[in-house]
Amino acid sequence: MTNTIGDIETADMILVTGSNTTENHPVLSSFVKRAVKFRSAKLVVVDPRKIKLVEYADKWIRQAVGTDVVWINGLMHVIIKEALFNKTFVNDRTEGFEELKKTVEKFTPEHVEKITGIAKEDIIEIARMYATAKAASILYCMGITQHICGTDNVKSLANLSMLCGHMGKPGTGVNPLRGQNNVQGACDMGGLPVVFTAYQPVSNPDAVKKMENAWGVTGISTSPGLTATEMIPKAHDGIIKSLYIIGENPLVSDPDLNHAEKCFEDLEFLVVQDLFLTETAQKADVVLPSTCFAEKDGTFSNTERRVQRVRKAVEGPGDAKIDWAITCDIASRMGYPMSYNSSEDIFEEIRIVTPSYAGITYDRIDKTGIHWPCPSIDHPGTPILHSAQFTRGKGLFHAIDFIPPAEEPDNEYPLNLTTGRVIYQYHTGTMTRKTEGLNERAPESFVEITQKDADKYNVKNGKKVRVISRRGEIEVIVQISPKAVDGTVFIPFHYAEAAANRLTNGRLDPIAKIPEYKVCAVKLAS
Amino acid sequence: MGEQNKIIINNNELSFKSGETILEVAKRYNIDLPTLCHLKGSVPTGRCGICVVEIQGMDNLRAACATKAENSMIVFTESKAVVDTRKKVIKEFLSMGNHNCAVSRPSGNDWTHFQMKVQADDNSAELCPAWGDCRLQDLAYRYQVTGEKPAAPYQTDPMEIVNPFIIRDSSRCILCGKCVKACREIQVNDAIDFDNADAPKKIIAGDNKPLKDSECVFCGECIQACPVGALVEKDARFDRGWQEKKIKTTCTYCGVGCQIYLHVKDNIITRVTGVEGVAPNYGSLCVKGRFGFNFVSSPERLTKPLIKENGKLREAEWDEALDLVASKLSQIKKDHGPDSIGVLTSARMSNEDNYIAQKFARAVLKTNNIDHCARL
Ligand code: SF4
Ligand code: SF4
Ligand code: SF4
Repeated sequence: MTNTIGDIETADMILVTGSNTTENHPVLSSFVKRAVKFRSAKLVVVDPRKIKLVEYADKWIRQAVGTDVVWINGLMHVIIKEALFNKTFVNDRTEGFEELKKTVEKFTPEHVEKITGIAKEDIIEIARMYATAKAASILYCMGITQHICGTDNVKSLANLSMLCGHMGKPGTGVNPLRGQNNVQGACDMGGLPVVFTAYQPVSNPDAVKKMENAWGVTGISTSPGLTATEMIPKAHDGIIKSLYIIGENPLVSDPDLNHAEKCFEDLEFLVVQDLFLTETAQKADVVLPSTCFAEKDGTFSNTERRVQRVRKAVEGPGDAKIDWAITCDIASRMGYPMSYNSSEDIFEEIRIVTPSYAGITYDRIDKTGIHWPCPSIDHPGTPILHSAQFTRGKGLFHAIDFIPPAEEPDNEYPLNLTTGRVIYQYHTGTMTRKTEGLNERAPESFVEITQKDADKYNVKNGKKVRVISRRGEIEVIVQISPKAVDGTVFIPFHYAEAAANRLTNGRLDPIAKIPEYKVCAVKLAS
Repeated sequence: MGEQNKIIINNNELSFKSGETILEVAKRYNIDLPTLCHLKGSVPTGRCGICVVEIQGMDNLRAACATKAENSMIVFTESKAVVDTRKKVIKEFLSMGNHNCAVSRPSGNDWTHFQMKVQADDNSAELCPAWGDCRLQDLAYRYQVTGEKPAAPYQTDPMEIVNPFIIRDSSRCILCGKCVKACREIQVNDAIDFDNADAPKKIIAGDNKPLKDSECVFCGECIQACPVGALVEKDARFDRGWQEKKIKTTCTYCGVGCQIYLHVKDNIITRVTGVEGVAPNYGSLCVKGRFGFNFVSSPERLTKPLIKENGKLREAEWDEALDLVASKLSQIKKDHGPDSIGVLTSARMSNEDNYIAQKFARAVLKTNNIDHCARL
């Protein structure tokens, strides 16, 4: 997030899109709800589903799935045409405005209405609301990123906020809500194929030199690696021979599971390190038992870039060991000795090679976490990004055109499928499904559908139905719901026995390599 | 103007910020002013009447939570009038319902004797689940008040136990309204309310239905707010607060990163509460953070390394498993090059774990094939 969670409550207008906030980030959603109820902030929700937050919204806009770039460009079209943009901000702090202007020119409210199904009056109204708010905040989540054009969607939102100068001040910003506890930290730590810690590119010779010195090695690769979503198909092609998977369960969370399963069979050697014998671990040649968050010391970085302490409360079961110690043991046995006395020792090394974490210590975050960038020990941290300037100096507008979803409904597969989460379960369910109470509340997978579609395809509430895509099929219970939209069904992806990802499409966003979970075409059969 | 903001509490001159209540000033200076219904972040109502103070020159006592500090105000927080009033209020609360921890003792008049007896009964269904962790009991003890047997029959609705997380026991409710504020003003879920605004008899969910059929999403904010034993965590109702250690840490589920206390007894997590007063969550949690911790002590946890032999996984010692992994990875790296190996790290693990995983990929395997499933 460019801004903090607490900061949301100071916004005059909040635009939420592609985030089912009350279910996926419940505590954060109460900041939004309080802003609306007790500080009369305006709330606009742009979402194909009638999510809970809609009840609090001044305006709910339902876009056709996969058309986000279109409505965002439409807003900018109106804002530019009516000269509502922040001229000072655009002049002083950004570049690329002329090009943006040219690109959004054709996105007239009429044109936008045709593609997205959003009434042109609504486009004009939200455009005015956003542009004229004193401080407007944008919140988004996987509904925006899990598309073939996910990177475009994110850039479009950044364009919108820069255009109106809703950036770098309290109550503004572009705020991605991270789904998992330490997505932010995993990225910051260089758990990505193209960057070291703090996003230092692996192609930058200085960065490589720095790491080689710090780690006492030579010959670090400077060519970008493969993403998770590329590695698995590459196993099928015989390029990847071995995977070492730590704490992930791709055989439920990956798209196009049937294909992913075949890829795993082609691996020569699979190591899985986890808490449980997950679907993925069952396929492994070696399984290594690790400890969970309550059994270890360390840090997580939350969605607002706040680095916070994790503390050991209980002993792990049996012979389970802390993840980093297992990895170090393997390294040592491969001839590169790695050993640390404590998590804090590792953190001290992180500080040396990670400029944005350099000023953070376990002592400093003992009571409350600190927001990175925090370059020095006397730096207070940075709750709000881009307040004086952008990382690259001036903010660059990216002129972005529309790419339709990779797979659209047709006669054979007439329905859009979108996937997501429910409040009582989490991700692939390996953790939440061990709590009986959570299972009692959300025991099994379902397909959410409108009454009208249920009638049309002749399926009954509470009855089993087969959902079929070009890649696979699963059996789930029908749930007729006012949350659904005609023509689109929703299935949560937590349930291995009816994994929604047997249906989803493996097509990736060309830059972020995120699979297009949010839209694919399916049909129903009883 | 600022320098004139002086108030005198218990003969100490204290400065305050304009707009602060007497309670807020007192809290800031660590003056122990008791409250029951006050909930930080919500509008004060003065409902419970416990935080009353005496203000020189005023006839009546005032609720400190709802009275603004004023210049030259002279306040006493434990004067005789204050203490007498508090005693009366406490007694009334105790008499309102099934507060058997302080109801006039069946045998003898001895407070200690009574406490011994109740403690001996620990774990019985008779015993209030909040025993030892109850603001009303604390106050009864502090002001040496015992309850009367309830004059009229108190709320005798059966305990609500039909949902998996929360037990509601209206027989112990003192109608302070804190849960309603927690639900309405902090979490903004609006699931519960007084049955009747003017003459409340109990707290109801929706039009008086079980929580599980109401708007409730089991965030548990109301449990954390309730000063007595009327709302408790179902699974922790027999655990005694004073036998637990509290360890502050960060929730392991979503990216909000709520600050939580893990309450631990005998190496088992018994309950989770939100850490009050610190960002990002200021004490609030959601259902997963508060109740989704059973996986930690699940019997399904892996306790030994496993090695696949003839298509089946069998248990192994660390040395054998690690040697196998190291030799296999070395062999594959030698035969097919570093880029034939990939490492998937995890957005669930700590920064330290992730850092070591990428260092392993880059410094040991010499590949940039390292990623995590943030995209998924
Ligand atoms: S658990 Fe949360 S939603 Fe349910 S009544 Fe309590 S505060 Fe309200
Ligand atoms: S349930 Fe607890 S918090 Fe709610 S009114 Fe009763 S005593 Fe107060
Ligand atoms: S308690 Fe809920 S909202 Fe808070 S971090 Fe955990 S999962 Fe997220």
